[in-house]
Amino acid sequence: MEQTLILTGAQAAAEAARLSRVQVVAAYPITPQSKIPETLSGYVEQGALKAEFVRVESEHSAMGVCIAASIAGARAFTATASNGLAYMHEQLHWAAGSRLPIVMPVANRGVGAPWTILNDCQDTISQRDTGWMQFYCMNNQEVLDLVIVAFKAAEKLLIPCMVCFDGFLLSHTYMPVAVPGQKEVDVFLPPYVPFHTMDGDNPVNINPVVTSEPIPDPDGVLSPGYIGFRHRLQKSHEGALPVIRQAGREFGQVFGRSYEDPLFGYRAEDADFVFVAMGAIAGEACEAVDALRQEGVKAGVIALRIYRPFPALELYQALRHRRVVGVIEKAISYGYEGALASELKAAFYGKGGPMPLISNYIAGLGGKELPTADLVEAARQSITAAQNGVVPEGAQWIGC
Amino acid sequence: MVEIRFHGRGGQGAVTSAELTALAAIEEGKFGQAFPSFGPERRGAPVMAFVRVSDSPIVTREKVYQPDIVIVLDPTLLKIVNVEEGLKEGGVVILNTPKSAAQVREENGIKARLATVDGTKIAVETMRVPIANTTMLGALVKATGLIRMSCLQGPIKHRFGPIADKNLKACSRAFDETQLVEG
Repeated sequence: MEQTLILTGAQAAAEAARLSRVQVVAAYPITPQSKIPETLSGYVEQGALKAEFVRVESEHSAMGVCIAASIAGARAFTATASNGLAYMHEQLHWAAGSRLPIVMPVANRGVGAPWTILNDCQDTISQRDTGWMQFYCMNNQEVLDLVIVAFKAAEKLLIPCMVCFDGFLLSHTYMPVAVPGQKEVDVFLPPYVPFHTMDGDNPVNINPVVTSEPIPDPDGVLSPGYIGFRHRLQKSHEGALPVIRQAGREFGQVFGRSYEDPLFGYRAEDADFVFVAMGAIAGEACEAVDALRQEGVKAGVIALRIYRPFPALELYQALRHRRVVGVIEKAISYGYEGALASELKAAFYGKGGPMPLISNYIAGLGGKELPTADLVEAARQSITAAQNGVVPEGAQWIGC
Repeated sequence: MVEIRFHGRGGQGAVTSAELTALAAIEEGKFGQAFPSFGPERRGAPVMAFVRVSDSPIVTREKVYQPDIVIVLDPTLLKIVNVEEGLKEGGVVILNTPKSAAQVREENGIKARLATVDGTKIAVETMRVPIANTTMLGALVKATGLIRMSCLQGPIKHRFGPIADKNLKACSRAFDETQLVEG
């Protein structure tokens, strides 16, 4: 039976792991996600979660344990943040390349140097190209729900998934979260049926060196070359959105909260100006929109819940008739601009017809507070530039 | 929307107080949000925690800059922190202090509406610890009526288990002993 509790984002992620009946938890502490393994260690100790709780010596090993567990057929789980995620980087490629449906919450935190424990999204954006799916959460309810949805989608697609949520702003903030009952979650997410399992009687060589060209195995079956495997991963990503949407729709049918739409919209239907953002920052953007509407500016928000696979068509459809767009990001691709801004602009390429003037704002790095007033000012700046038919040149930094 | 700022020292339970207040608001059928001042914390160092209570869902994650209510868990903080900073017109400061409101006004120059109670004394006498975080929730109820005492019971029982009754007793005594003076 569903019960509303007041939980931090980290606790919500741990509840989701418990409800998903994860079988292996690899645990290595790093702020601000440490409460996730901490909570799960309690559940394992109390017998509330029947899982192997493996304490490891690094994040690299944590992902190594998840990879081994997943290959053996277990539902595997870990969580990390910041430099811990960066340290895991090499193993992230192994997990995605091996097509293992591992789910990993990341409590977004800035990456050193200089050292910070506070929030931005540079950690996960820097892992964009590892082949993992990435979901972004706006509140703690989404943290809980999207971890469960992620397992469902990942196990269908055989692609691992990061569920990203802002460190401190969500991980350490208490807010109401409806926690579903175990029975209902069991219906939505049945036990994991692995595509492969380890079988001592039928030993296989997993992830051997491959060649550039397809070669026959001992039975004469052609296996792809390296590029063939990589192409299959990309093809799966290209077909992933409908599968995620289906999982999100089914979740809605069972729990009344649908995640069919990869985008969240707020007052965007008739808007002239739209903020585009991901994660908790989208909540701030909603506040700014209310302030702008009071001034008579028709403003709205479109937030991405799913960043990989990239919902390019959905974004195009949601924004093509809007005049001005301000992309607010807590990460940057140094030497150019925010990755989301670049990708959003690319989503309009070759479509013809009108497109909005898209400007890019970098904000909130290393926990820098982003007051609503600053977002309102950014919107005004974009709108003024657009009246002259231009966009502010390059990424605009807020708050420095 | 009502916004609250708790001032305490690391280890005095400001974050727990904030969480319990949000829980009580939810018991009342409202929306609640609670969060600490983010960052490394040290035992004994000044810390803050924040609460929002609203009739509609709360989307902002901004820090609270203009609280309606300020609660000070440790009387020694008045010397080093401007607890009135950003306080809204008509807002109230709720102090754990052995001193009278008049004395506090004179010594610390606080101009706002002021609620005072000797929370540490109550905590020591009822719970044998000088930690007044749950005690001061009784003062919050008395001074503002934001939440009802009955709505605190469930969250405190859930949080403190076997020592919940002592906490509730301290809370209820603080309710009785809190003095409110207008600004």
